[in-house]
Amino acid sequence: MNAPAVGPMTPSASTLDIARIRADFPILSAVTVNGKPLVYLDNGASAQMPRQVIDRLVRYHTHEHANIHRGVHYLSETATNAYETARKTVQRFLNAKEDREIIFTANVTDSINLVAHSYGGAFLSAGDEVVITHLEHHANIVPWQMLRDEKGVKLRVAPINDAGEVILEEYEKLFNARTKFVSITHVSNALGTINPVKAMIDIAHRHGVPIMIDGAQAVQHMTVDVQALECDFYAFTGHKLYGPTGIGVLYGKAALLEKMRPHRGGGDMILSVTFEKTTYNTIPFKFEAGTPQIAQAIQLAAAIDYVNAIGLTSIAQHEQALLSYATERINSLGGVRIYGEAKHKSAVISFYVGDVHPHDVGTLLNGEGVAVRTGHHCAQPVMQRFGIPATARASFAFYNTFEEVDALVTAISKVQKLFD
Amino acid sequence: MDPKFLYQEMILDHNKKPRNFGKLDDATHRAEGLNPLCGDHIWVALKVDAETIGAIAFEGHSCAICKASASMMTAAVKGKPIATAEALVEEFRQMVTVGMHATPSPALARLTAFAGIKDLPSRVKCAVLPWHTLDAALHQTANATTEGDADPAASGRH
Ligand SMILES: Cc1ncc(COP(=O)(O)O)c(C=O)c1O
Repeated sequence: MNAPAVGPMTPSASTLDIARIRADFPILSAVTVNGKPLVYLDNGASAQMPRQVIDRLVRYHTHEHANIHRGVHYLSETATNAYETARKTVQRFLNAKEDREIIFTANVTDSINLVAHSYGGAFLSAGDEVVITHLEHHANIVPWQMLRDEKGVKLRVAPINDAGEVILEEYEKLFNARTKFVSITHVSNALGTINPVKAMIDIAHRHGVPIMIDGAQAVQHMTVDVQALECDFYAFTGHKLYGPTGIGVLYGKAALLEKMRPHRGGGDMILSVTFEKTTYNTIPFKFEAGTPQIAQAIQLAAAIDYVNAIGLTSIAQHEQALLSYATERINSLGGVRIYGEAKHKSAVISFYVGDVHPHDVGTLLNGEGVAVRTGHHCAQPVMQRFGIPATARASFAFYNTFEEVDALVTAISKVQKLFD
Repeated sequence: MDPKFLYQEMILDHNKKPRNFGKLDDATHRAEGLNPLCGDHIWVALKVDAETIGAIAFEGHSCAICKASASMMTAAVKGKPIATAEALVEEFRQMVTVGMHATPSPALARLTAFAGIKDLPSRVKCAVLPWHTLDAALHQTANATTEGDADPAASGRH
């Protein structure tokens, strides 16, 4: 498409048939931007949806829809069955022990708020400490700050080094007798850092503290096994996993979920109601008050099936090849600073072109058809750590190609020329 | 819109060598402008004497669009009566939100380089921030922000 790769590694042949995969994603060919083919590199914000997942919505509303858990009629049973099958799909995806450990939420933000409210609300009190890291998305900061303001718990933040990695010794030093909860991201959305979550979970458990992992940027890139990790909670969001918006997941160990109080009251979350007393339903229903996102949960399962069919191992391989190729090519331009140089990194490149503001970069890249995210990525503390207001961020998916990396690099070099 | 129509020579030049950039020690009016979404953060200071803007300066960190807009704004209103500056603020806001008037006033002059930003809605705020801030300074109101109630462009103007 563009200038051939000069110098850096030749892109390794991918085991994936990218052309065939791209044909599954209608938007990738349907959209042109400023007369140029769309180069979609904003997958970290929201990924695109394959035809299989789009069609699942149509099939559901054409053949299966009714409210769930409350009718004896055919459609209600069909919908209930599809919804509960989706729960089992998620269970297998995370390798949870039981399907009742899977709660459907609106998004990962909702999942984290559920835990902050239902676990934090019941088991944390004034003076107790919650540990997070400097890498968190606002979604894993603000709910804890709200709890702090409400109950007087304290927030402790594990620092990161210049490469954007959590400093494990400093993380461990934060633990003391008042530490009552840990909530950390699996993968940084702003820098791509893959945290050593297994080690961090083990440290938390050595101190007898439960831990939640924000997997919003992880599950689409790597296999996650919550039993092997032994985390107490794990959360992710559907729209970054090639599924729809409006659906998220919270995994929680059954023993913990059972002890927690529901965060919202209403239908479906009760066993019996009189005006004197309500008996809550069992998990997971206790946490799914009201009619849930039935269609979206079913679509999420279709997205998981799609990802599984391609295989997370092949996905990771291709994305890592894109990452090294893009990193080398961007570095070879000179004058572009990459933020986030962790040894273990997902396919995210946060960068700053000379002293050109990222918003100017984003606008000019868009003029070349290249979609990147610009801004603070809802992770302002990360930006503050590096003393910058924002970055431009390219985040890759398995449907991205080496030619698209070339298009990105060419577009960046045009920005450099313009601002020379 | 092809953003290259926006990132022209003149705007790039004002970004690189902003006019009236720095502090104004004996300012009579000041305001701070913040664009929380993208982090544009500027200060505008004025010296008003006999209803005329005798001196003006700006400083801060921002994207090229915001900086060039601020630079060209200061050049346009320096030495002008307050009433003229206020009219220009209004005309500039109109141009980048609603569209250029069929017969733009001569005072708008080179500032019409920003007319194209109307088609880049996510960037309108960058261009308009200096003008909000000038407006706030002239009226010595609270600081300017491009979010929410304090956004003059949001109050029924578009
Ligand atoms: C690490 C991380 N956590 C949380 C979120 C919030 O996701 P959602 O908006 O789907 O709740 C995001 C998405 O931007 C993210 O990247």
